[in-house]
Amino acid sequence: MVISVASGKGGTGKTLVATSLALSLAGSRRVQLLDCDVEEPNAHILLKPEMHTRESVCIPVPAVDEGKCTHCGRCAEVCAFHALAVLKDRVLVFAELCHGCGACSYLCPEDAIEEVGREIGIVELGDSGGVDFVHGKLNIGEAMAPPVVRKVKQHIRPVGTTIIDAAPGTSCPVMEAVSGSDFCLLVTEPTPFGLNDLALAVEMLRQLGIRCGVVLNRTGVGDSGVEDYCLREGIPILLRIPLDMEIARLYSRGIPLVEGMPRFRQAFLDLFESVARLVPQGAKR
Amino acid sequence: MKEIVVLSGKGGTGKTTMVASFAALAKDKVMVDCDVDAADLHLLLQPTMGEPREFWSGQHAVIDEEKCTRCGLCEDVCRFAAIKSLHIDHLACEGCRFCYHVCAEGAITMQEKLAGYWFISDTRYGPLIHAKLGVAQESSGKLVAQVRQKARLLAEERGLDLILSDGPPGIGCPVISSLSGANLALIVTEPTLSAMHDLDRIMSVCRQFGVPALVFINKYDINEENTSQIETYCTSNGVDVISKIPFDNVVTEALVRGLPLVEYSKDGTGRRVEMLWQTILGFLHR
Repeated sequence: MVISVASGKGGTGKTLVATSLALSLAGSRRVQLLDCDVEEPNAHILLKPEMHTRESVCIPVPAVDEGKCTHCGRCAEVCAFHALAVLKDRVLVFAELCHGCGACSYLCPEDAIEEVGREIGIVELGDSGGVDFVHGKLNIGEAMAPPVVRKVKQHIRPVGTTIIDAAPGTSCPVMEAVSGSDFCLLVTEPTPFGLNDLALAVEMLRQLGIRCGVVLNRTGVGDSGVEDYCLREGIPILLRIPLDMEIARLYSRGIPLVEGMPRFRQAFLDLFESVARLVPQGAKR
Repeated sequence: MKEIVVLSGKGGTGKTTMVASFAALAKDKVMVDCDVDAADLHLLLQPTMGEPREFWSGQHAVIDEEKCTRCGLCEDVCRFAAIKSLHIDHLACEGCRFCYHVCAEGAITMQEKLAGYWFISDTRYGPLIHAKLGVAQESSGKLVAQVRQKARLLAEERGLDLILSDGPPGIGCPVISSLSGANLALIVTEPTLSAMHDLDRIMSVCRQFGVPALVFINKYDINEENTSQIETYCTSNGVDVISKIPFDNVVTEALVRGLPLVEYSKDGTGRRVEMLWQTILGFLHR
């Protein structure tokens, strides 16, 4: 079963929930955690995995053989991303604009374009106290996160439980991270910001056809907007975590909640059971 | 004209809280919300919404089943797994047009996508340019570029000399689009190991794009040891930490009331934010 953890709004506690859920399950079942927030991955700070493998994430970009090129301009014409410009005597490649679709190379009448890999990020694999760990890191200055997310997700195992920590927001890197999951936990806080961004995330999941439930973090402050919304929309609130300075301090030091406050372990096991009940039988492995 | 963008790397550190307060303090400015996939600034600035204006960007492929001979070439060439059994998955299609070019029957056409809406709204603090990216749409970087350009035009038109921009979290496409060409970046961080890790990455992005950065520490008392580490780290990298505020429930209270912090709390934390703004102005006009 693949459970993704997303939020809409940033800083609501996705990584806290993903890591504590993984650690709570680790004793009794096979579990892996995939940190798909490749722009700002943080799960490794809490889980401190020993990394054993590192892979480069490359996207194929065109390399033009000027010996074969007749400067006909076909490549620039077919490129939807303006990554190629053909001058009288040479071709300019703007690799950072290239999406790696391969059209230029395939359609070049002279067979003058070869594709070469350009590194945009890395994927690292490791192990942390019974949790199989994978994360991706987008290189500084790179814009395209989705290919790195895709590469992280290639490591999803067909058996056991996979927990995916997604980036905040609702755009392409988040969709890439949550797509294909059996269930998505949306972590939010009881404030107008938390509500506004929760509603956007719910809308995204509905388009993707993914079931969801809410984890309400920092309860005890704010207002009842999120609770009212969930009731109205029929979205279950599966876990409430109170606002507590001790929780904030543990997180600030990189200590997972269930390690610093073991009494929360049962709450995360219950959370997992609630999710398992909400996922249809076919999806469970 | 000067443009200041508020960023953070890690989400939820307090970017929008800061921008809303600056909006209440600054004179002659345009506000722009560059977090187009989870825009929140309007919740504090309470605008009278302007007309929605369409944002068209990118394309997706459409197959004409009458002309299609089911040869399957389009499916073979697509690298985004967007064509399955000759059906196009619009969420996966990147609009690269590869399938359109290879289809021998001319059965594939490209359709423009309505990727979102943008607005020029009025607030009691001045004009706000904001946007809503369509759900499950890409092009967030392009929409950010669009709202920034509109903010600039509006500022010129109305003789306003400051653009106050609320940036998105992360370091990727929409962040780069918010940052490039700005005069100053204010990075809002907090003393957690996660935020510190992300601070390092966003500072590198600022350096790479040649935008000077200032750092502000929110909730500094959650971990004072980490706070002093941030201060040391920034100093050794030639970046000023210009202020810090403690964890304070008034921030959430102001948010629930839909008010900028400096209007809700005139002393204590609110006062510190007011002083922070004065410091930023000093840097902006240096």
